[in-house]
Amino acid sequence: MSENRDQNHFDLKDLISLDTVRSKKSPSSWEEAVEQVGELLVNAGKVKPAYINAMKRVFKEMGPYAVIAPGIVLLHASPDDGVLSPSVGLITLSNPIEFGHSENDPVDIVIAFGAIDKHAHIAALKALAELLADHCYLQKIRSAQTDRDLLHAIVDEF
Amino acid sequence: MRIATLCGMGFGTSMMLKLFIEEILKAEGIKAEVIPWDLGSFKGQQADIIVAPVDMESHMKSTQSRVVLIKNLVDKAEIKEKVLQAIKDMNAP
Repeated sequence: MSENRDQNHFDLKDLISLDTVRSKKSPSSWEEAVEQVGELLVNAGKVKPAYINAMKRVFKEMGPYAVIAPGIVLLHASPDDGVLSPSVGLITLSNPIEFGHSENDPVDIVIAFGAIDKHAHIAALKALAELLADHCYLQKIRSAQTDRDLLHAIVDEF
Repeated sequence: MRIATLCGMGFGTSMMLKLFIEEILKAEGIKAEVIPWDLGSFKGQQADIIVAPVDMESHMKSTQSRVVLIKNLVDKAEIKEKVLQAIKDMNAP
């Protein structure tokens, strides 16, 4: 098995699209929020439906550490749980939801990603992390009122 | 020096943390091995410093390593401050 996987090297723009982002959703629970973002990836053909329950299970098993920063949860399960191709889904919420983190609740940005292995999506994940580290971009993401504006807020910086 | 980053599965947050820490170490000219761990496989492995999200504290009660807990995993300033402090503490006579 070769460690050189340049042909499987994805950028954020490759993993996120108008199909995988939605702005200002209103789930009434954290489970519903996970379903809403998960369904985007399912409908885009990136993950199998079972991946949604897998993400919920992983979140419940691991504890709320996935709320990685104030207001932001990063969900994922394992490739074996039904990832078809690497992808990132992102929804913003008009009503923030508690995910159970001691410091970083409530959440208004719900991100789901599907990895196929430990390497292919790393550049995209790093790009996403850089984006989330920048308050200006977070502000743009949070204030996007349409799906298209949200997509532009995320990918136009690259 | 060996620094481990911890997350639930080794796919996401431990990788992100590893990338940020490597950047910080490079900028400071510090040499260290940075390894992503996941909860399932880290018992029995050794590291000088373990960097983990703040809600993972309970999984690390029995470790001998120096533990750094991060509240905001995308806050480079927090990661830099805490990791560099841990390294300094390690090297203190």
